[in-house]
Amino acid sequence: MAAAAAVPAGLFAVYKPAGVAWGRVRAAVETRLLSELNAAPRRALPQHVRFLPTQGDGGATELVPTMVPVLAEHPLVRGPQFRRLKIGAGHRLDVKASGVFVLGISHGNKLLTDLYNCHLSKVYTVGGLFGKATDDFSDTGKLVEKTTFDHITREKLEQILAVIQGTNHKALLMHSNIDMKTQEAYELAVRGLIRPMGKSPPIITAVRCLQFAPPEFQLEIHCLHETQQYLRKIVHEIGLELKSSAVCTQVRRTRDGVFTLDDALLRSQWNLQNIRSAIWSCQLKVQAEIERTLGHQDGSNLHQQDVEMAHAADS
Amino acid sequence: MALGARQVSRWCCLLKTSRAAEFPRRLRSCSITAHACREFAPLALLPSKKNVLLWRLQAYRHVSVLSCSPPDSAKDEFFSSPESNLPSPVEQEQAKAKPLPDLNAKILYEDWDDVPPSSALEEISEEEAVQIIAEPLLPLQSSTFRDYVDHSETLAKLVHLGVDLSQVEKRQKAGQLLLTLDFEKDIKKILLFLKDVGVEDNQLGTFLTKNPYILAEDLEALETRVAYLKSKKFGKAEIAQMVSRAPYLLLFSVERLDNRLGFFKNELGLSVKKTKDLVIRLPRLLTGKLEPAKENLQVCQVELGFQRNEIQEIVFKTPKILTASRKKLKQTFDYLHNIMGIPHHMLTRFPQVFNSRLFRIKERHMFLTFLGRAQYDPAQPSYISLDQLVSLPDEVFCTEIAKASIQDFEKFLKTL
Repeated sequence: MAAAAAVPAGLFAVYKPAGVAWGRVRAAVETRLLSELNAAPRRALPQHVRFLPTQGDGGATELVPTMVPVLAEHPLVRGPQFRRLKIGAGHRLDVKASGVFVLGISHGNKLLTDLYNCHLSKVYTVGGLFGKATDDFSDTGKLVEKTTFDHITREKLEQILAVIQGTNHKALLMHSNIDMKTQEAYELAVRGLIRPMGKSPPIITAVRCLQFAPPEFQLEIHCLHETQQYLRKIVHEIGLELKSSAVCTQVRRTRDGVFTLDDALLRSQWNLQNIRSAIWSCQLKVQAEIERTLGHQDGSNLHQQDVEMAHAADS
Repeated sequence: MALGARQVSRWCCLLKTSRAAEFPRRLRSCSITAHACREFAPLALLPSKKNVLLWRLQAYRHVSVLSCSPPDSAKDEFFSSPESNLPSPVEQEQAKAKPLPDLNAKILYEDWDDVPPSSALEEISEEEAVQIIAEPLLPLQSSTFRDYVDHSETLAKLVHLGVDLSQVEKRQKAGQLLLTLDFEKDIKKILLFLKDVGVEDNQLGTFLTKNPYILAEDLEALETRVAYLKSKKFGKAEIAQMVSRAPYLLLFSVERLDNRLGFFKNELGLSVKKTKDLVIRLPRLLTGKLEPAKENLQVCQVELGFQRNEIQEIVFKTPKILTASRKKLKQTFDYLHNIMGIPHHMLTRFPQVFNSRLFRIKERHMFLTFLGRAQYDPAQPSYISLDQLVSLPDEVFCTEIAKASIQDFEKFLKTL
């Protein structure tokens, strides 16, 4: 229908600000899109024939067929054209976190499932603060203990990060369910494509220290199947490993699969035109990634069907 | 003769089936029963005794005159006539050119008693067949105006006036009210009254959308209330402005309006002139609840720590603070006072900051801190006033105040 064609469909990313629940962000985008879609001009009112009474000759009333607009289709009687939009959310972010948040509209929601099944890694920038420990591992929680941190150096921190990365790498290999002694496993490992393609506990694929200015430090973490609270716990454990304590001040997602910070739309850009152009620009790379990762799985089914159809056509 | 009886028998069946449902449905609030609509005569829906006979008469004369005059009849007459099993098949009407003679009602009554009802399968002549009007019935109960708007002049005129019927039908009992009213008799005088008060023509539609219940009000009561406002020395233009911005104002009785004006005068402690000025600028203070306004004042005094004269000044400049949410007010104040370090007297000078969204204040303040330009003390150089901080649009803020480009601002926002 012409009305449905006006609704954009596809995947796009917004920048979720900190301090707001992800549901509110989704609802705000939906409200904004609805108001813009409903403000678009509607087509002209249909007309129909009604037999209306008029004064004929001699004072007697008679029925005359006239074309009048159908008032039942008038916008003031019918109401807004769009009342709901199907907007789905990708990997969620909790209230204190911020960053790239993928949303899908109407048909694009199917791609959300496909992207989930690709199990692509996400990149976070995690900020930490030495010297404090709180109950919920963030700087707004209840203080549990205070410690000194003068003995911490960048080398010690990087040593701990290397240990973390090593243990997580072993978990990565274990959960990816690939037999390590095959040629296929070697080729995947060379290209860096070994990862669990099903459910697994949170795995950190890479960690490095971006900034170190005690008591503050900043890490970049590449991870899979994580939650933001897990990352805060990692910061807390890093503090413990360094014989001090640490809290997490900021968790910011800079990349979610194929969506980067450049693709994310800020709050002032949440309007119809920007969303349409964002969907358009991300379309190709989303499609490419899904085909690359899931292509060999779906492709077998599709190939089979093609083969069967070819047989049927031949015979 | 046969024609009338045919129609009667048809209506008989319909009466029996829907009669049971008619009475309880009448009282339901959100549904619109059509029985009370006097205009729908020929297409008429079931309903009340008045219309039933009218429909019968019209069918007999097969002239579809849309005006209605309620004749008296007893409903029992209908049920006493034997009903046939099948109603006559619906025959499409065709355009009629020839006028028909008016029949005297008395003659009709006399004829009616003599004629025995005939069978539906009886053959009739072409002229009689052409003269049967059989339009599809309107639904007796509906939750939307879409079913009735094409057949009702009142509703059509309201749509042309700009009343949003899709909103009105969602209100409690407003839909039923609109159906019972007639444009010429009831609605017109209220509209003329509103025009006298000073509501603009193009605003009448939105006014009625927000407050359809004014159409049920008594005209004298409304005029008394306007006279009361005039006696309190509100000017004509001011009354027009108040009524346009708070459509429910004229539904309040004189005592209630008096109480509310007195309440604000006592609570705020402002002079009569200033209270009036306040109420003219934000008339929904008078129509809203009083408890939240009182609690907001308490919050300002006790939790935020403003002095009484400071509160008076703030409320006079931004009366919206009385209707703001307490939680947001406290959060905004907390950020402004504790994190940005702005003292009470500066907030009293620029109370507009309480009206703006907290995220805007936070983002802009953090950007200015990042650039080292967060200076809110007028005594020191490169001072940034609070109203410029919140009220300017993004581009102007970036170029004038922060002296940076908007791309830098966006990049900064993505690091928060």
